[in-house]
Amino acid sequence: MTAIAAMPHPVRPSSVFFALLRRDVRVARKELVFFLVRTTMQPLLFVIVFGYLLPKMNFVGRGYQTALLPGILAVSLSLSAIQSVALPMVQDFGWTKEIEDRLLAPVPTRLIAAEKIVAGMIQGVLAAAFVLPIARLVMGPISGFTFSNVGELAAIVVLGSMAFSSLGMWLGTAIAPQQIGLMFSVIIAPMLFFGCAYYPWRGLDAVPVMKYLVLVNPMVYVAEGMRGALTPNVPHMPLAVVGVALVVIAGFFWTLGMRSFYKRAIG
Amino acid sequence: MGGASASAGMQGGAGVPRGEIVALESLDLEVRDGEFFGLLGPNGAGKTTTIGILTTRVKPTSGTAVVGGADVASQSVQVRQRIGVVPQRPNPDRSLNAIENLLFHAAYFGIPAATSLPRANQLLDQLGISDKAYAKVDEMSGGQQQRLMIARALIHEPQVIFLDEPTVGLDPQTRLSLWEILRQLHGQGRTIVMTTHYMEEADKLCDRIAIVDRGQLLELDTPEALKERAPGGTLVEMSLSGDASMVVDVVRAVEGVLRVEAQGRTLRVFSDRGGRVISPVIQAAEDNGVSVTNISLTEPSLETLFVARTGRKLD
Repeated sequence: MTAIAAMPHPVRPSSVFFALLRRDVRVARKELVFFLVRTTMQPLLFVIVFGYLLPKMNFVGRGYQTALLPGILAVSLSLSAIQSVALPMVQDFGWTKEIEDRLLAPVPTRLIAAEKIVAGMIQGVLAAAFVLPIARLVMGPISGFTFSNVGELAAIVVLGSMAFSSLGMWLGTAIAPQQIGLMFSVIIAPMLFFGCAYYPWRGLDAVPVMKYLVLVNPMVYVAEGMRGALTPNVPHMPLAVVGVALVVIAGFFWTLGMRSFYKRAIG
Repeated sequence: MGGASASAGMQGGAGVPRGEIVALESLDLEVRDGEFFGLLGPNGAGKTTTIGILTTRVKPTSGTAVVGGADVASQSVQVRQRIGVVPQRPNPDRSLNAIENLLFHAAYFGIPAATSLPRANQLLDQLGISDKAYAKVDEMSGGQQQRLMIARALIHEPQVIFLDEPTVGLDPQTRLSLWEILRQLHGQGRTIVMTTHYMEEADKLCDRIAIVDRGQLLELDTPEALKERAPGGTLVEMSLSGDASMVVDVVRAVEGVLRVEAQGRTLRVFSDRGGRVISPVIQAAEDNGVSVTNISLTEPSLETLFVARTGRKLD
């Protein structure tokens, strides 16, 4: 029997990880336009209506744009991170089984799931980075907008995209393909509208019940974190609270996503 | 891998319960180094589950399975490094073109493009799909996709190749050329484990065949030995208008009849006089008030052995 130590070329998990990532980058590049249209159309339409038209009509004050922009970025980041993982997972496990060639890679199965989550994070960041200049262009100058809190911004972006990419992994592996439409209307839509993306959390002081109910929504922390980092003058949740909440949420969804992927991968 | 040790095998009856149904009851088998091994059985026999366990894609609930010296449950990473898998239905990465499928699969095994590119071109050439190298997978026919799956299973030069019903759904010509490819691979000294429910395929290609049904191993030997073990004579299978068990005794008395089995309205007669027993058997049946509605003859073969051991036909 062949001794395991005598294998011809033991494969480094890191090299497999980057090969998987290269594959996802190659595929994403081929579909870049579709990807951006799919994930940024909704936030950009919002920018046009709420960041341009309504202020023009004087229905909302100028300050609203300052509160809106970080929220829009949070939506772009979260929504595309979820979709970039959930949709391919539903397809791969549900119909085409084309993930099989990756499941045969000589690395622990969880590493394959981890790579997918990282790829989702990258796509989330990409979508937000794409939306930012367009939003700025449509809305005009945003008072109080700053890039000076780079460290905080990076932490929010990494934790937020990880939370939502992991959530995408969980939804994509746990939900039946037929129910993918339901996922958008029952989970994603409420998450967007009650995620403090289109209004600051402190604004809910006016409706105290809502203020505490929305705290179960992970989107709230991404949006508030973005406000804390990008528009610190807008009243927002303390960044320390946001950070702790996102660490907990990201860890929770990461665990769920990993477990669910493993269950689907190994029969 | 040395000597007569198992390059793939299961001991202690690796079992996999699927809901209440146990897909694999107990299966003890050992595939030798460099062997072309066939798992023959009808649909639902547990063949795919067996391949699933040996390729680390299905977790056995009991028993052990070892591939190339590595345990599928506790050393799955090492097992994956040693194996190439051709699935029952082609499952290429549809977001990539044909050659990208090969290059990325090689990369998942740590093989740099400088090494895998010439190898990929050579494989595509050998398999007769080099003109499709840069084609989208969706533009390839079923047979071409299946060849791509074989190329993918070989790109990292595995010790053991698993093929799960590789010729299902292929036209006869493609099937024959696939057989030729498999013979070549075997000729290169690779260990091949293939499932099939085509008798002829198992007979023509395999060094040894395990006949499985309902998750259990029924027979295990070379095709020649198995055929010799087939119950003597030609199998004459008849559909009757009534209960077949009523005529078993009278038919058994017919000259040349070796063995008779009844199952519902089906009567199976093993004859050492070929088809010459048909007319007296029909006579005997009609004397007992049942008529014969259909007759089929099968020469002694893996098929007759299978029918004798399981009471049903393969497909």
